[in-house]
Amino acid sequence: MAQAFLLPFEEPLVRLRDRIDELSAVGTPASELAILEAHLEALTGEIYARLSAWEKVQLCRHPLRPTTLDYIGSLIEMFVELCGDRNFADDKAIVTGIGSFRGQSVAIAGHRKGRSAKENAERNFGMPRPEGYRKAKRLFELADLFSLPIVTFIDTAGAHPGLDAEERGQSEAIGSCIAALARVTVPVVSLVVGEGGSGGALALGVGNRVLLQRFATYSVITPEGCASILWRTSARAPDAADRLKVTSQDLFSLGAIDNIVDEPARGAHVDPESAIRSVGDAIAASLDSLRHLSPDALREHRYARFRAIGRFAGGAPSCDR
Amino acid sequence: MNPNPFKKCDGCGVILMATLFVHGVCPECEHHHSIGHKAWLDLLLDEGSFAAWDDKLTPTDPLNFVDDVAYPARLASAQKKTGLLDAIVSGRGNIEGRAVVYTASAFEFMGGSMGSVVGEVITRAFEHAVTHSLPIVLLSASGGARMQEGILSLMQMAKTVAARERLRDAKLPFISVLRHATFGGVAASFALQGDIHLAEPKALIGFAGPRVIEQTIGQTLPEGFQRSEFLVEHGMVDRIVHRHRLKGEIATILRLLGR
Ligand SMILES: [Zn+2]
Repeated sequence: MAQAFLLPFEEPLVRLRDRIDELSAVGTPASELAILEAHLEALTGEIYARLSAWEKVQLCRHPLRPTTLDYIGSLIEMFVELCGDRNFADDKAIVTGIGSFRGQSVAIAGHRKGRSAKENAERNFGMPRPEGYRKAKRLFELADLFSLPIVTFIDTAGAHPGLDAEERGQSEAIGSCIAALARVTVPVVSLVVGEGGSGGALALGVGNRVLLQRFATYSVITPEGCASILWRTSARAPDAADRLKVTSQDLFSLGAIDNIVDEPARGAHVDPESAIRSVGDAIAASLDSLRHLSPDALREHRYARFRAIGRFAGGAPSCDR
Repeated sequence: MNPNPFKKCDGCGVILMATLFVHGVCPECEHHHSIGHKAWLDLLLDEGSFAAWDDKLTPTDPLNFVDDVAYPARLASAQKKTGLLDAIVSGRGNIEGRAVVYTASAFEFMGGSMGSVVGEVITRAFEHAVTHSLPIVLLSASGGARMQEGILSLMQMAKTVAARERLRDAKLPFISVLRHATFGGVAASFALQGDIHLAEPKALIGFAGPRVIEQTIGQTLPEGFQRSEFLVEHGMVDRIVHRHRLKGEIATILRLLGR
């Protein structure tokens, strides 16, 4: 079956796959097909082991990649969407709600990217405005009130940069959303399931556990934005992606994420079912690992987790002198 | 080297003796020019009352970040220029006799950007304030997160905001002073989470930079967009305070809050 959208490095693999299927259809002997299949597997391994940071950025933005709604649809039963910030509007770039995850009530918030042009127009490509962050904050406070664990799905290029967003206090909204998540006394599991784009992503990312899929990325600024600042051209985004250390392996070694969630060899979009299952298992394991913590300890744990991030020298505290 | 005794105002263009620009404010048009970290300290704190905290924290280069200039070289030149190790000054001081934690961005150090050191110093400032039961006066002026430290810079947003929440729990005041310019990861973390927001006249304050917004929406932004006055109009800032009255106003607020 032809894939509707191909990245440059996906092409040779898809061509070979089609060729094998053709040969199979015309009755080529199984022994010959097996050789080609083995070759395909080796080639896949080779290409995906060598992907550059920029290629991973493209992969995590793949238009066919499973979105927050796909994860909710498959992993959450009895999902009840909750809408609106009770102040101004319902921002469709973020979805929030409550539901049942493997028999346990949870609260869910995630960036909502679309697939079609129409969906993306409605959801602003998953780039929230202040009302989106205020809706998420509302959900976090509701979860805290009713002792529901929180699961967040992160997938955005960033918060919406616009006149209206500034008028309504984008900065304050993001900061307050971070504060609300930092304060809750329930378990918080955050998953980057696509692109983790700067503060607009972090607003949903203050988890006791922060997980990232193998080909997802997380960055302080988009590679395009970084390249525009450094070299006055977004054309050098591939260089910027490399410098910013945005891949799962880099993020893990910098201590920014707790675990890398397994993902199909060619990315989540090639085998969404398996990707979603891995994410579900990772959420379950994370919630399990936090089960022994009291409400206060959960907040302390989150504090300590983020408190420890950063690299510097000469750090002994000096306020007691 | 003899410094130029004259200064041209960036606001109205008048050329006057530099000494007439008291604390960087033009006597003709009241334009507030940027002033350095020492000048800020002299402006707000009682003479000789300041004791620095956490001033040995030194940035490293965790990403081995190189663009046209390597990050360590950028740091070295900023350190030489400012006499600071990173873009932050923090410690204990008095404002009209009232003890406070005083923490201020140094915009002159790589645009006041927040990497690991700035994030750590600010986090500690909130923690010290709780420990010593002091209010905090925090002056922001920053382009945002420091991209040369990548994800570590981004995470400082969560770290500083979480620390700020501890201060809230301790019921200690956080007066946030927004200076020109405050953007991105600093605006979207602690800077707009104060109990009281004071801003300098005409300071640029926002999440996304005006250039980025113009590119996104494809139109020119209105006059005064993202200026302090715009933020007051939209309910994000309590008061715009002239630099010459800032110390007195902070002292009054602290007094009224019982500090
Ligand atoms: Zn003037």
